[in-house]
Parts: sequence; C-alpha cells; structure tokens
Amino acid sequence: MAYPSDRKYTKQHEWIQVNGTTGSVGITDHAQEELGDIVFVELPKVGAEVTSGKTFGSVESVKAVSDLFSPASGTVTETNENLATSPENVNKDPHGSWMMKITLKNPAELDALLSSADYEKFVAEEGGH
Amino acid sequence: MRPEVSILSSVEATPATAIPAVRKTALNAVHRQMGARMVDFNGWDMPVEYPAAIGCGIINEHMAVRTGVGIFDVSHMGDIRLAGPQALAAVQHISMNDASRMAVGQAQYSALLYLQGTFVDDVIVHCLREDEYLLVINAGTREKDFNWVRDNTRQFDCAVENLSDDFTQIAIQGPKGVDVLQKLTDADLSAVKFYWVTRGTVCGLKNILIARTGYTAEDGFEIYVPADEATSARVWNEILSAGKEFGIVPCGLGARNTLRLEGKLPLYGHEISDTINVWEAGLDRFCKMEKPEFIGRAALERTKAEGVKRTLVGLEMTERGIARDGYKVLDGDGREIGYVTSGSPAPFLKKNIALAYVPLTFAAVGTPLKVEIRGQGVGAQVVPTPFYKRPKKA
Repeated sequence: MAYPSDRKYTKQHEWIQVNGTTGSVGITDHAQEELGDIVFVELPKVGAEVTSGKTFGSVESVKAVSDLFSPASGTVTETNENLATSPENVNKDPHGSWMMKITLKNPAELDALLSSADYEKFVAEEGGH
Repeated sequence: MRPEVSILSSVEATPATAIPAVRKTALNAVHRQMGARMVDFNGWDMPVEYPAAIGCGIINEHMAVRTGVGIFDVSHMGDIRLAGPQALAAVQHISMNDASRMAVGQAQYSALLYLQGTFVDDVIVHCLREDEYLLVINAGTREKDFNWVRDNTRQFDCAVENLSDDFTQIAIQGPKGVDVLQKLTDADLSAVKFYWVTRGTVCGLKNILIARTGYTAEDGFEIYVPADEATSARVWNEILSAGKEFGIVPCGLGARNTLRLEGKLPLYGHEISDTINVWEAGLDRFCKMEKPEFIGRAALERTKAEGVKRTLVGLEMTERGIARDGYKVLDGDGREIGYVTSGSPAPFLKKNIALAYVPLTFAAVGTPLKVEIRGQGVGAQVVPTPFYKRPKKA
C-alpha cells in the first residue's frame, strides 16, 4: 500500500494529517500489518493534553498490546468512537481510520517528522516483514 | 506504536546458555515462503500467524479450527521414547497419571513432577507397545525434560532415547481434520478414538504414527513424519491440497495459544511451572493418587492435607479491557489477590477471557474481581471452565 503524501509519519508508525491547526492521528498500514487482527483501541479523553513522542493510548491485537505515540503536542478535540465497536477498521483502512484529532500546540514540531517517501524508505530499511 | 507485551514471548524460556542461537524446524523455509510472521518461541523460529492475504491471521486461523480444519507445524515439541522390559515401571515412576490403564495404542495426558509435587512439564504419554512408550513434551523444556527423565529412570531396565529431532510433527485440527487426513492415509481413522494412536501409510510414507490428539480443544490428529526437509515440505503441501475443499488454512502459534486457552489447556510457564503444584493447577483428574508411588506423590499427599491456598480460575472481562499474561488480579476493594497466567481475546467465544491464580475464597463462579490494566482496575468475574467445550458428535 502506498503511504499518502498528504501527511507526516513517525518512526513509531503513526501518521498525522494536518488541516489548519488540527491534526488527525492514526497508525500506518505497516503498523496494522505488524500487529495483526486489531481487537481493541484505547484513546484519550476529549480535552486531554498529549505530548509529542509520548503515549496517548494503546492498540491491542489478539496477541499483543502496543503503545501509541503522539506525533505532535496538543489538546484532544475528538476521538474516533467507531473504533470502540469496530477496531478492525484499522486493519481494513489504516490511513482512513483516524484515532484522535488534536489542536496543535506547536506546528513546528511537524518539521521533525518523516515525509511519506522517507517513511516508506524507513520501513523498507527496518526490514518490514 | 511499539509492542509492549506479547503472549508468545512471555513464555518461560530455558536459560539461554542451554540452547544454541535459534532453532528451526524442517518446515521453516515453507513457513517463510508462505509469508508467515515468524517469532522466537523458546529459542525456536516459529510462525505466529500467516498473512491476511491468504485468508489467515490469528482470528481466521482460530475460526478455521473451530469450524473446519487447520494445520500446525508442531515439530518443536520434543519426543522421548522409553523402551524395554521395565518401560511401564519407569513411566509409572515418573508420570502422575496411571499408564497401566492404557491399552496398546492408547494415549493419556499426564505430567512429570518434582519431588515437591510441582511441574517439570506436562506430557502426552503414548503406549506404542507393551514395552514401548512415547512421551511428547514441550519445546521450551526439551533438554530439561530429557535429562530429568534419563536421570530418574536409571534404576529401570529400559532405554531412554531423545527422538526430538527425528520427527516433523504436524497437527491437523478441527472437525474436518478427519476428512482431510483420511484422503491421505490407508489407516481407518474412524476406528481411532480420541486419545488413541495408530500407524499407517500417510502420503506414501509407510508406518507413520498417527495420534488423535491435539492442543486446540477440538477433534484432530497429530502425525509424526521423518524430519528431512523435502519429505516434511511434501507432506505439509499435500495436506494443504487435500484440505482445500474443506477450507484448510495453515495456523501459527498465535491461534494455537487462543485455541488452547478457550479449552483451558495448560501451558508450561503459565498455568503450570516448577512453583505450582497439581492441586493448584486443578489437574487432579490426571493425577492418580491410588498409584502406590510416583515422583512427587508424597509431597502432594502432604499439600492436600494442608489444604490448597490458591487455585486456577477462569475469568471473563465484564468491562472493556483485555487481561494479559502477568497482569494483577484485584478484589473488589482493589487489593492485589492474584495474577493472570494467560489472557487474550477469545476469537470463537468473542469475549475477553483469562486464566488466573486466586485464593480459594475468591474462586467461586460469579465472584466479581478486577484485573489491573495499565494502572486501572477493570471489571471481571469468575466463570466456569473450560470456556469452550467442543460439541459432542450426535
């Protein structure tokens, strides 16, 4: 699957898509493939503060729990409630399944993230699977 | 995203010094060709699941075994043969179940115990002839088990052989398993009852051991074929072809774990270990105290008289959350009372389930408890086990 060029990526396999001062955050196709069948997504409460590089929630597959790391700092304005009942959507459409939306505190943080091309290269070098 | 805990890596391992770098079964290249996700399981490079692109993934693999058929490479399991005039006496000395009750061709679940009544390992004992027994043991405990069996049977007139590297062991599991295997063998499988063994020609290979056993809480077979790569790959592929009409899928250790958990089948290093005794593990019915002697018997008599303090219970999450291996179990007031030995979503039951050790006072079915998940007590309750029992044939 191609990685959309309309967003930025972390080395922990999250993406962030920015629209004005709002960033939507999800995990990449590579991440969902590595995890396998996703059965549970735990997200922060609306109003919570998240910090770049810090945990904002977790995602669980049948076999494992993984922390989610926020690509940027900000305040949570919305979480994707569909994922509570249909976590498998992350497997089916990882780049369409945003998990939370945040108001960016410091948009300059995004400069440190990877472009789609760099992320693709990073995944290939990491060995993928 | 970063994996924090994995069921498969948390299995108690043999000390790293005892094992060479990474071991591979004869089917390793086949798994990799099929695109399996591989993990280090007790020093073995094993498939955890096969790709979604070929209809796999843990959930699909699990469901295939419950409703149709799946195959597993379980060649990492070890095999110890005891043969000779005193083979039965030797088995009786080291195994807690009563091997004298088996007819030739029968198998039984049992365990090897330390003097204090705790577990060396659990095993399936197969009676191949009156003077020949085969113990099938766990991958992570192979060396330990073999040394222990050899050391504890020296006084008997019986040869102890480690056949672990001689076989590729393939499990064909699920209600349609019998139909698949019957296409490939001249042995009449309808005559082989659950926990019985036979021999027959399989995929053109003569005198293959066929056991109606498994670790999935489902009907199924385990076959033992020569461990060379070419033969192993041929048999594996022939089973997949024969099973196509039944929707067969290859299954990894991920599904093997969720299947055995639904059926409350113990896993060494989790429900049983060298610090857990038979009564705590609830394996009483496989432990024959009426046998005059076996290693661990005296201690078990003592611990039974003293009274068991903790016991293995089944938990079902009543609130949102998944209990995982090692998580704390709390009482209603948030006090730590026990721990989860195995926990996972149960793909067939569609519930989040767990096995846990708790004090007897908290073991009654219906008792509300909590599991600590990332610092939060999440609601659970004690439920009857096994969580899943396969439907009896009409």
